Amino acid sequence: MTIECVNPEGLRFNQMKSSSHQTLETRMRPILMKGHERPLTFLRYNRNGDLLFSCAKDHTPTVWFADNGERLGTYRGHSGAVWCCDISRDSSRLITGSADQTAKLWDVKSGKELFTFKFGAPARSVDFSVGDHLAVITTDHFVGTSSAIHVKRIAEDPEDQVGDSVLVLQSPDGKKKINRAVWGPLNQTIVSGGEDAAIRIWDAETGKLLKQSDEEVGHKEAITSLCKAADDSHFLTGSHDKTAKLWDMRTLTLIKTYTTVVPVNAVAMSPLLNHVVLGGGQDASAVTTTDHRAGKFEAKFYDTILQEEIGGVKGHFGPINALAFSPDGKSFSSGGEDGYVRLHHFDSNYFNIKI
Amino acid sequence: MAAVVDIDVLTAQLGINWSDVNLDSIQLPPGNDFGIESDDESVYQDDQSEFDTGFGNIIVVDHLPVVPKEKFEKLEGVVKKIYNQLGVIKENGLLMPVDPDTKMTLGYCFIEFNTPQEAQNAKEKSHGYKLDKSHIFAVNMFDDFDRLMNVKEEWEPPQERPYVPGENLQKWLTDDKARDQLVIRFGHDTEVYWNDARQKKPEPVHKRSYWTESYVQWSPIGTYLVTLHKQGAAVWGGADTFTRLMRYQHSMVKLVDFSPGEKYLVTYHSQEPSNPRDASKVEIKVFDVRTGRMMRDFKGSADEFSIGGPGGVAGASWPVFRWAGGKDDKYFAKLSKNTISVYETETFSLIDKKSMKVDNVVDICWSPTDSILSLFVPEQGGGNQPAKVALVQIPSKVELRQKNLFSVSDCKMYWQSSGEYLAVKVDRYTKTKKSTYSGFELFRIKERDIPIEVLELDNKNDKIIAFAWEPKGHRFAVIHGDQPRPDVSFYSMKTAQNTGRVSKLATLKAKQANALFWSPTGKYIILAGLKGFNGQLEFFNVDELETMATAEHFMATDIEWDPTGRYVATSVTTVHEMENGFTIWSFNGNMVYRILKDHFFQLAWRPRPASFLTAEKEEEIAKNLRNYSKRYEAEDQDVSLLLSEQDREKRRALNEEWQKWVMQWKSLHEEEKLVRQNLRDGEVSDVEEDEYEAKEVEFEDLIDVTEEIVQELM
Repeated sequence: MTIECVNPEGLRFNQMKSSSHQTLETRMRPILMKGHERPLTFLRYNRNGDLLFSCAKDHTPTVWFADNGERLGTYRGHSGAVWCCDISRDSSRLITGSADQTAKLWDVKSGKELFTFKFGAPARSVDFSVGDHLAVITTDHFVGTSSAIHVKRIAEDPEDQVGDSVLVLQSPDGKKKINRAVWGPLNQTIVSGGEDAAIRIWDAETGKLLKQSDEEVGHKEAITSLCKAADDSHFLTGSHDKTAKLWDMRTLTLIKTYTTVVPVNAVAMSPLLNHVVLGGGQDASAVTTTDHRAGKFEAKFYDTILQEEIGGVKGHFGPINALAFSPDGKSFSSGGEDGYVRLHHFDSNYFNIKI
Repeated sequence: MAAVVDIDVLTAQLGINWSDVNLDSIQLPPGNDFGIESDDESVYQDDQSEFDTGFGNIIVVDHLPVVPKEKFEKLEGVVKKIYNQLGVIKENGLLMPVDPDTKMTLGYCFIEFNTPQEAQNAKEKSHGYKLDKSHIFAVNMFDDFDRLMNVKEEWEPPQERPYVPGENLQKWLTDDKARDQLVIRFGHDTEVYWNDARQKKPEPVHKRSYWTESYVQWSPIGTYLVTLHKQGAAVWGGADTFTRLMRYQHSMVKLVDFSPGEKYLVTYHSQEPSNPRDASKVEIKVFDVRTGRMMRDFKGSADEFSIGGPGGVAGASWPVFRWAGGKDDKYFAKLSKNTISVYETETFSLIDKKSMKVDNVVDICWSPTDSILSLFVPEQGGGNQPAKVALVQIPSKVELRQKNLFSVSDCKMYWQSSGEYLAVKVDRYTKTKKSTYSGFELFRIKERDIPIEVLELDNKNDKIIAFAWEPKGHRFAVIHGDQPRPDVSFYSMKTAQNTGRVSKLATLKAKQANALFWSPTGKYIILAGLKGFNGQLEFFNVDELETMATAEHFMATDIEWDPTGRYVATSVTTVHEMENGFTIWSFNGNMVYRILKDHFFQLAWRPRPASFLTAEKEEEIAKNLRNYSKRYEAEDQDVSLLLSEQDREKRRALNEEWQKWVMQWKSLHEEEKLVRQNLRDGEVSDVEEDEYEAKEVEFEDLIDVTEEIVQELM
């Protein structure tokens, strides 16, 4: 187990364009969590906010204490990069999707593998429904199969678990990855976004395509991440077109657009304040050829309502691939291409930011 | 504009997304214009004839001798011999018709060449060729015959067109906020903006996609914006929007240049040779900007337009024609091997009908204000014949001043913008001839006999990285020394104590700079570290010799002052992949705003004509600046008040809109409460949301505590 506490990199909160010209310098001490050997892919807190689950391109999802960054355990069994995970409401079950063409159900406490869903293609994203009786899993296109969204029933008792899909949705363009699919309000719909830049809302019962984002206002390039509000009312998408967009989840109305200077790989919304965080950076392939200052590996904070940048957190030395807010909104963590998870507990200045 | 609206309506009906249509890719079938009248008729027709008939490589030679059958072959041989020197005649490409009755030739023939270029060349070279006294060739392109046949026998007076008053081309100067315009090019778009520093953003003036096919350029006093196209160049300008004022036909034009008074436009096109050993073909045309008439064209191989480097063929350096200073646009000069050709614009012919022979001349430079030409001839014969810098008065061609220089490796000439001084940077060999060191020869043009002064740097082995005159001033700045931290020195030609001698003002040690950018009004200078130095900027006041601000525009590639010296733009163009865009700074180094644009190619401020105020008037204004500035300060304040007012209003509206969404979400969430509870097997579900929405936040500031403990321990 390695836990490093490094010198605070500091949190920069600039007061751009604001009338009251005060600068807030906060000195958060990030906890640097080094447990993965490969780039991070996904981060998720449980509902209580005491556990943080991380997925990476190495094969072992890991669980950490969200308070002090201590590593609690790992889930061994996958034989490929793990792309995504979700935790049941009571923090008893973990579901993970992996490039080894499986999604696995785990017992959170014991780390035991409960069930394996086998697909003929890498599983890209997973999401438990309200009530945790269903899960939506997306798979990439692969030899002979096109990308698809699968709905699985999750049995109360793992003994009764079966691998059959309740519903399979085919993407209109089967060659493009579906990077994320989540449940809509009351499990009535499924919201998906992927490489074809379109956001689609499907009927979770019949599999009918209900809505698709308008090409004019929607993203122009691949959607990399999707994060929904705690009450399933709205969601935020990040895209390679260097923007993040906030949508109403029921009507798919575009509400806000946040523009940044680098491709967006990860997005998160604060459950506490009207803040959204975008993370990203230039392509991993170009990182080594340019100055670190050019990379912009910063987690950027925006005011949700005014769409203005309010600050940024530096520290990663590669693009940011994953972001998550703790459910109480008092801390957040970021995972980078550099293999580190950085856990930040906000200090008082953060809560007093006025713009 | 009406037509465009109709098109919009029509496309909407047809379900065509107008923004997806690449207008350049649309080609109408030949002979069918769908009732759309092209606004490019002239160009259109020219293209048609070339492609439709396909006889561009055939010439017709008239005034051949009429010969009987016996002599036919001999004549054919003569003609072949003449034209084989001018191009490759196609197999069976020579056709000499014979009168079927008399078996005599008809006195003309057709010759087909391999390429239209060869045909054109043959026509030009052999037209007027004297075979003998009574047979002077008249050569035409076959394609021209149609046109020539259609000439009416009787002359018709051209229709008189009613006078249409032109647009006010100077309207942009009457902006009531006295803002400057700038043009930017990125992606496929070209956009013109007002630089509205008060509002901290640019205000759009005009934009177009695919406005130009390579680049855009302002004319020297800002009246026109020139765009380049396949068919030629076009200039745009006018009162409110940019309308096309004139077109200049020159197919595949590559470069353009204006005369300083913007009366003439020079366009340049070069064609790569089919045979790599040949020099490329160059065609240069000079147009009258206002009438669009071509005044003169020059054709030839690239050799004729360059001095020819050591390796043989060197490309022509642009601008090929250098215009004499001043706004009269009277003379222009061309440098080629051992000759300087000076033309005057009244007749567009050489002054005194001949070029100046100057052996081995390598560089010429006009005074920016007078018709004085400075030229540099390098050392000859291994040092037996010294290098020479000379000043020549045009049109008299009298040598005003000359200076011989010894053991010189290279010279560079820098004129001060009001033509008062000429600085010549001289690189000399050291005694061992292994390395070089630099010094300056300073000419005072406006003084009697043009005195020359020699200036050497304090450390005369320093390499000179950059040199720049203060515009309209008496000072200059030099970056010298070794990278990465060279020194910057300022000199004055005229200080209070020392009116006739150059003296050093100051040296700044170890600056991260490799380029100098004086404000157009003088006094301020930016010491910039471009490229290798990552865009370091130092805003320096030379009057007070103090640094006003230092800043960085990471990776900046270009810097350009606005014509008034109030603002300066730094930009990152596509040479870098990241962070393309530009930043506007005030003269003293405050960042005003920043715009990011992917694939950013170019930024150019619209130049202004010289001020009409006399020097005395300007001085008076500077003296009483306080009175003048009052009015503007009040305006500034109004604007900033309005801005914050607008800002507040905008924020209020955004907040309201957001609250509406939140209310809607809350009520829907409330409605769905029961259903959700069922989904969760009866668990009362909404506890956590209540927690999250708590307005008051309590937290412990743990970090402070730990820091205190650390202090105690220490």
